[in-house]
Amino acid sequence: MLVLGIESSCDETAAAVVNDRREILGEVVLSQLDEHRPFGGVVPEIAARSHLAHLDRLVAEAMRRAGLGFADLDGVAATGGPGLIGGVIVGVMTGKAIALASGKPFLAVNHLEGHALTPRLTHDIGFPYLLLLASGGHCQLLAVEGVGRYTRLGTTIDDAAGEAFDKVAKMAGLGYPGGPAVEKAAAGGDPARFALPRPMKGKPGCDFSFSGLKNAARLLIESLPQPLAEQDQADVARAFQDAVADSMADRVRRGAREMKSRWPAARHLVVAGGVAANAALRQVLLRIGNETGLEFLAPPLKLCTDNAAMIAWAGIERLRLGQSDDLSFAPRPRWPLDPNARKGAPNTWKGAKA
Amino acid sequence: MSLVVSFDLPAETDTIRLGRRLAALVRPGDVIALAGTLGTGKSTLARALIRALTDAEEEVPSPTFTLVQQYESAAGLVWHFDLYRLEKPDDALELDIEEAFADGISLIEWPDRLGPHLPRRRLEVLLHQGEAGLGRHATLTAYGPWAERIGELAHE
Repeated sequence: MLVLGIESSCDETAAAVVNDRREILGEVVLSQLDEHRPFGGVVPEIAARSHLAHLDRLVAEAMRRAGLGFADLDGVAATGGPGLIGGVIVGVMTGKAIALASGKPFLAVNHLEGHALTPRLTHDIGFPYLLLLASGGHCQLLAVEGVGRYTRLGTTIDDAAGEAFDKVAKMAGLGYPGGPAVEKAAAGGDPARFALPRPMKGKPGCDFSFSGLKNAARLLIESLPQPLAEQDQADVARAFQDAVADSMADRVRRGAREMKSRWPAARHLVVAGGVAANAALRQVLLRIGNETGLEFLAPPLKLCTDNAAMIAWAGIERLRLGQSDDLSFAPRPRWPLDPNARKGAPNTWKGAKA
Repeated sequence: MSLVVSFDLPAETDTIRLGRRLAALVRPGDVIALAGTLGTGKSTLARALIRALTDAEEEVPSPTFTLVQQYESAAGLVWHFDLYRLEKPDDALELDIEEAFADGISLIEWPDRLGPHLPRRRLEVLLHQGEAGLGRHATLTAYGPWAERIGELAHE
């Protein structure tokens, strides 16, 4: 079974062909093609017209690398949301057009489902498992029970984890993207010099919060001589990274216990999203896995961040179950994976709302 | 003609209360610019305003990554922008700001990123930190029709 995947819901424009033997046959993301762009891309590809300008040749290049024509495909999958609506429309319309022209099924894939099913592409694991999705736009703990069956155990009540890294890195003069910059600086930092708060630690539930920590880091940075000396940058980065790791450890540990008690068959703790690149966080997750009897897995980084292979793979998972979508599918800028997730999680631990 | 009103916001609950009071005054076509540095409560204020217009339990994630989130409400479509990542003001045109400004209710974090596209007719909410990081202050500057409505906030 062969599926073409298209991803255009936020910064990346990407296309990939994947088969049901878990092989990625052809994969292209925009930043690889444009030699004038610095690696990693600083400028967000927010513009729908940018996706539009590039997507056709990205799809053609992914097909060429796979050595296939549209007639060889069994389906065409495109991210149908959540995300920036202009980009999603471009990807969905492109996917529908190819599906219609080649007479293949069309699959509108939830971007988050792409992340959630990635460990089955990379490690062939069975359901259920616990997923931590931590990226620039999300921070969620999900019980992945099956294709299309997700229970959200916790989510951020304010900022995403990657967003906090980016903003603190910028304030500390460490550059972009913030995750790698903070991690690099933190390596030379003194863990004992500054103390930052551990948001949510000890609170019931599995929700995350990073806004207060971001603000505490801002006040710490502003209290230091400007511009920050290299050692100050390193010590701030270390204090921030330790606080994030410690806070996430507390939340994930609670999530792992809940997972084991509600889904005793669960055997894996998986991380996805760009924040998965952080080695300190990986150490913490490995430890929590050992403590709670879950094997810790992390897909390769290029499959943790936004990519089209995960969209193609989610398409394969759904196609194997006989599912596909009508060409009347309308892009969904907001599309929670768990429609039953309790709303208002942010306030449950605060008691009555002020 | 502009009118300025200031508020002390000693605690987060005060920022939330201000958001709710603003929610009672908004109309389709309104633009509320939420200015202030990181951690001064822009998202908290926006979240409170959106929840007051939609559902007290509504999930309101930070739109930094997605740049904009939309919410259906009885008062009209609410557009919550966070333009922190925007590199050029013209990029905002891709986010349908013209449609939002025409008949939506626009809440804009990091409004300075809009440059010349920021409408003159708006309510500007500048949030800043109190002494020693304690509490926040809000300075509301009303341009255009907001100047008449903002008086209702001041006299409460």
